[in-house]
Amino acid sequence: MDSDVITLDKLPIGQIGYVESLLSKGSERRRMLDLGVVNNTKIEALYRSPVGDPTAYFIRGAVIALRNDDAKKINVSYRGKF
Amino acid sequence: MGLTNKSTGSKVISNDIDFLKFDKNSKVIALAGNPNVGKSTVFNELTGMNQHTGNWPGKTVTSARGEYTFNNKNFTLVDIPGTYSLMSNSPEEEIARDFICFCNPDTTIVVMDATCMERNLNLVLQVLEVTSNVVVCVNLLDEAKKKKINIDLNKLSCKLGVPVIGTSARNRVGLKELQQAIYDVSIHNSVDNSFKIKYDENIENAINRIVEKIKDKLDDKINPRFVSIKLLDLDDSMHKSLTEYLGFDILDNDLDKEINLIKKDLEKVGIKSHLLRDKIVTEIVRNSEKIYNECVNIENKKYNSRDRKIDKILTSKTTGIPIMIILFAFVFWLTIVGANYPSELLSNMFSYIETKLLILFNLINAPNWLTGVLVLGMYKTVTWVIAVMLPPMAIFFPLFTLLEDSGFLPRIAFNLDKFFKKANAHGKQALTMIMGIGCNACGVVGCRIIDSPRERLIAILTNNFVPCNGRYPTLISIITMFLSSAIIGGFMGSIISTLLLTALILLGVIITLFVSKLLSKTILKGIPSSFALELPPYRKPQIGKVLVRSIFDRTLFVLGRAIAVAAPAGIIIWLMANINISGSSLLSYCTNFLDPFGKIIGLDGVIIMAFILGFPANEIVIPIIIMSYMATGNIMELNNLSALRELLINNGWTITTAICMMLFCLFHFPCGTTCLTIKKETGSFKWTLISFLLPTIIGIILCFIVSMISKIFILI
Repeated sequence: MDSDVITLDKLPIGQIGYVESLLSKGSERRRMLDLGVVNNTKIEALYRSPVGDPTAYFIRGAVIALRNDDAKKINVSYRGKF
Repeated sequence: MGLTNKSTGSKVISNDIDFLKFDKNSKVIALAGNPNVGKSTVFNELTGMNQHTGNWPGKTVTSARGEYTFNNKNFTLVDIPGTYSLMSNSPEEEIARDFICFCNPDTTIVVMDATCMERNLNLVLQVLEVTSNVVVCVNLLDEAKKKKINIDLNKLSCKLGVPVIGTSARNRVGLKELQQAIYDVSIHNSVDNSFKIKYDENIENAINRIVEKIKDKLDDKINPRFVSIKLLDLDDSMHKSLTEYLGFDILDNDLDKEINLIKKDLEKVGIKSHLLRDKIVTEIVRNSEKIYNECVNIENKKYNSRDRKIDKILTSKTTGIPIMIILFAFVFWLTIVGANYPSELLSNMFSYIETKLLILFNLINAPNWLTGVLVLGMYKTVTWVIAVMLPPMAIFFPLFTLLEDSGFLPRIAFNLDKFFKKANAHGKQALTMIMGIGCNACGVVGCRIIDSPRERLIAILTNNFVPCNGRYPTLISIITMFLSSAIIGGFMGSIISTLLLTALILLGVIITLFVSKLLSKTILKGIPSSFALELPPYRKPQIGKVLVRSIFDRTLFVLGRAIAVAAPAGIIIWLMANINISGSSLLSYCTNFLDPFGKIIGLDGVIIMAFILGFPANEIVIPIIIMSYMATGNIMELNNLSALRELLINNGWTITTAICMMLFCLFHFPCGTTCLTIKKETGSFKWTLISFLLPTIIGIILCFIVSMISKIFILI
């Protein structure tokens, strides 16, 4: 199946995406790099907070919560539901 | 997360020591690692009680230093702040980087979480870029075993070229081996072929060109390769540190030109300067990934399914927030119910000792004023504070530490983040607020975990809107007297008290959010900065250690501080109540003066005066009220709440007074210690004054509204 490039906040819960590019700059970008978010990094969307934002992601063995505004700045390729 | 005992406990307000001065005969060991990897446990287990804490020179970052002896050699262990990398610009990361790079520790230990090896390896590889004298400590090995994560430590050691020791520090497993490895590396400098990252050929060439230029200037003080990588992608913070430690600016005209040339050459092969850092980090991450895949084998791919299940329940739409509230209500209920009996026992014991003390003072013919000041003033106030404060704290703090250690608190921040985002504040403010429920001064110090200055200030200024342990006794006794027990007694009464207290705290949270929003729209304008919150794996807390730590680090510390302020306050209060001018005491002059104002906001002069005199410690508000109403010269305690209720009603209290009293207790100036802490943390008199005025004005407005509404009601 073809894969679509979407922003991370659109990744459905329980699905996996691979990082295509980071759109953030400066310290925000550095913070993402520190967490190991580089191209091709596998990210799984785990669950959203009760009010919908932030969302917890599984990134390189750790569970990291990102606000949707920050997740918007990460492009991931997503192959659709399995 | 920063919610360690260091940020909340006794170690916070200790004296600053000269952090970077070391004994020449002692080997200096840096202890590095990601947050949440059990670094403090390793530190505590290695150094035991031989610890000092202090602030890093010029920074509001607390850290600890400790000593131990191994094979007749002295070691000084320096606990550097937990960080994800050495590349960002937070004060913690600067300190970690500067200490490892420029202070030449004999060995750097990097503590890793065995259940999260891949991310942790990034920091190891970055440290290895700076120095080869590294010992890697793979901690929490027991947790990894439980999750069937197999780590080939020997292979990892071969790959990294440095000793790798597996530990389970909290069970004291592997510590001897760790000490041996530290000893070997520090004494023999036994590491010589540690792992170094190979970058893209073009970048390697660039690095080598800079190394050639600078290696003579550095005369072996600092690793030239590391400095070269940094120079290629220089930020202000690194430039400043380099200049400071070298004593000269390494980036002279000559080098600046050369680096610009190198950058141009890199652009020619398609490596743009602004993407250089991405390239470098990507290379580190790829290497970590590779090493991780070679050395770690996860038998059970669903090893964290239990955590995921718990998380689903604790963060789901339907159950997330209710469970959180119920859990906290349960903690409050246990505190309320459990504290009753020991409180009574303590106060009986103290009053027995008091009668003996009075007899003793009588025997030695002490003058009345001396007996008054020391026994009826100081002793009575201090023992009141202990009897009222100690039991709830001794119950609340261990329960709180249990929640903290199990990994539950970050989930609360996760659930509440959106509300804080809407208030233009930081998600971690939820955590500092929860710390404030224990003690506002601790909460204010805890705000250090928020790295954006604007949002940290908001968190500091609003911390006082959640009631601390010192204010529960007042709130609880008023709830019991006027709202719950008046209707139903016994078990149901305690449940209703709990629910009302929880509701009051929720009101505090709502006001916190409201004020945060107000601040971000006015004097602290700005948009919320990005943040990433780690939700660490759930861990079974160690009950024994939790008890010891929360009793010694928190309970006794907070109690000690309260006693230190209660003692002089007791003397002043006694003097005010006993110095008479034309027939009336100084205290009654003051209360009469404040009475008209108090009446406007539904209170009275006595209550306002009690809050003013209670500035050093909120616990003594109720006893001062009793003393003033009974017009006795001493602080009074009434063991019987119904007797107290009658006294208050006889002095004109109504249900409105009770409600206003609770509101004012929730919203008034922070206590003396908290004000001092705010001054210390913000370094500004202006912000301290604002944090003093803000809640006071809000309290006055709320009380005024309530008293107006009730007056209108009665008129109708």
